Amino acid sequence: MAEYQNIFTRVQVHPPVAYPGVPVSAAVEALGRGGKPWFNNLIGKIGDAQIGPIYLGFTGVASILCGLIAFEIIGLNMLAQVNWNIVQFVRQLFWLSLDPPGPQWGLRFAPLNQGGWWIVAGFFLTASILLWWIRTYKRALQLGMGTHVAWAFASAIWLYLVLGFIRPVLMGSWSEAVPFGIFPHLDWTAAFSLRYGNLFYNPFHALSIVFLYGSTLLFAMHGATILAASRYGAEREIEQTVDRGTAAERCAIFWRWTMGFNATMESIHRWAWWFAVLTPLTGGIGILLTGTVVDNWYLWAVKHQFAPAYINVYPDFAIPDQPPFPMTGATR
Amino acid sequence: MSFGARLGAVVAGVIVLAIILLSFERPPILSTQVGYRGTGMVQVARPPAVARLEAANQAPEPLAAVPAVGPRAGQVYQNVRVLGDLSVGEFTRLMAAITSWVAPTEGPNAGCAYCHVGNNFADENIYTKVVARRMLQMNRAINETWASHVGQTGVTCYTCHRGNQVPQNTWARNDGPNPHNLNTINAVRGQNQASPVPAWSSLPFDPFTPFLSANAMDIRMASRTSRPGTNPSSTMDAEWTYGLMMHFSSALGVNCTYCHNTQNFQAWGPPARATAWHGIRMVRDINVTYLDPLQPVFAGPGVPPGRVGAQHGDVLKVNCATCHQGAAKPLLGAPMLQQYPELNRVSLN
Repeated sequence: MAEYQNIFTRVQVHPPVAYPGVPVSAAVEALGRGGKPWFNNLIGKIGDAQIGPIYLGFTGVASILCGLIAFEIIGLNMLAQVNWNIVQFVRQLFWLSLDPPGPQWGLRFAPLNQGGWWIVAGFFLTASILLWWIRTYKRALQLGMGTHVAWAFASAIWLYLVLGFIRPVLMGSWSEAVPFGIFPHLDWTAAFSLRYGNLFYNPFHALSIVFLYGSTLLFAMHGATILAASRYGAEREIEQTVDRGTAAERCAIFWRWTMGFNATMESIHRWAWWFAVLTPLTGGIGILLTGTVVDNWYLWAVKHQFAPAYINVYPDFAIPDQPPFPMTGATR
Repeated sequence: MSFGARLGAVVAGVIVLAIILLSFERPPILSTQVGYRGTGMVQVARPPAVARLEAANQAPEPLAAVPAVGPRAGQVYQNVRVLGDLSVGEFTRLMAAITSWVAPTEGPNAGCAYCHVGNNFADENIYTKVVARRMLQMNRAINETWASHVGQTGVTCYTCHRGNQVPQNTWARNDGPNPHNLNTINAVRGQNQASPVPAWSSLPFDPFTPFLSANAMDIRMASRTSRPGTNPSSTMDAEWTYGLMMHFSSALGVNCTYCHNTQNFQAWGPPARATAWHGIRMVRDINVTYLDPLQPVFAGPGVPPGRVGAQHGDVLKVNCATCHQGAAKPLLGAPMLQQYPELNRVSLN
């Protein structure tokens, strides 16, 4: 099976008749699975060569519709920013943004051009995502699968909702939410960290990074291990959980010898799932606590011996007067 | 490998190489530690960039000094209002220096004629003379009132002008390129447009109006307590501060660590931040006390276009880059004022 030693997928299944999928309920069939299945060689390089038949159903159609509305609102607002100039739209696309309302609006519905469109777009985007979640849950049940994918997706949705809805509501202002824009959401991230005293000292941010990088590490280790032992049948992973063949034994002993410990054909998938799920789960907790419970993460970290207070290496100088904070924001 | 695949690989390779060569700066990168070890408190510099900066920031050769004796300029010449206390020799030397600093080129509106009317140098009917007189007073006020920022080095006309009639780095109120449309569909509120001011980020492109002009707002927004309740600033406020700080950084050719301990921006770390703190207030004072009141002059008759803001007709104002021009110390700290002590004898009345 030398084909597996390539970094691209070498084996494509082109059956004489496309696989139609498992039988589904009459109600689903009534709504219709659309499209005659076809095969694409290029797609087969990175995934299954078969495309279709497609089934969206109510939640799928509604989700795509809501997503399209959000996409259009965001895109047209960006186009308005450059005075409907397509050339400038393409040129400045990464800078353009649909921003939430300013702090002066609190949680009220701001005028459309003052962030109201952001609320509308956010509503439809959230509806789209939640409808798609329902779809992943229902499709899994309908196919007789577990709902692992849906709950992993729910973890990502948790972080999304914390950033754009739950935390802004707790802070009493839509202005605390993330803008819809490529550079703007990155600049928001940096500004957020500056305002709340350096997010790197937020322990949940630290946990989230551990799980994020851990996920990539586990993914690489697992993918590499299975591909490397595929000539011995390692791709029959779940079967080998209880019936360890030579592939599973070789993989296990490889890691035992290089790392001192090895996962099993079952547990590696639990590891991967939990690492992935815990990334946005812990990250969301960290964001939720920022500004609501902790206002300066560095000072919090020093206070709780989570970070050192570094030695002052600078010469003495007259520190200018520090007046209390004036009210800011409303006049901008 | 097929011909097509080979061609594709070559094209992809060329594109990747072009991106690498055009996006990244060539080593060596010199790194200087400026804080506690292991905290990333470093300033970085590239020798070619340092050489370019040094070449662009050389102070001009001083004119030969003249004695302060002899009759006063105010006695000899007519209508000398703020430099009347200088000797005729000092006065003439300073006028020659200012000409070379501000209007060195030849032509009908350059040299002496930039600020003086043809045959009658006492004539007031030229706006540049009115402005120049006020600028001389401003120059002395900066050196005397704002020693907390300019130290003993001080400033001269050349610190900002560098041979230009209008200093190259100024600012005016900026609503962005499409203010009308923004008000009807999507009010951008001063950000999300490609602009060099916040270093090409999407941060606010005019952070000067709220922070460096009349009714300036407090720039600081990071909390000084670990728990909430004392700091009403929002994340959006932080974006405005961040935009201004990007200007500071590019104007001075330094990174954040020049003034801040970046693990904790609100704390006072490097002493340079105190110098900058006074500099911010100096800039506000210059804009409010000296430049804003000149707006009617710049908007008046006989003024060429481009001397006021394009959108609001406000006076062109100063920010960090007006003097610094990419250097942490303007003209790399050259003590030009010592060569022209006459500048500190301008009458403030």
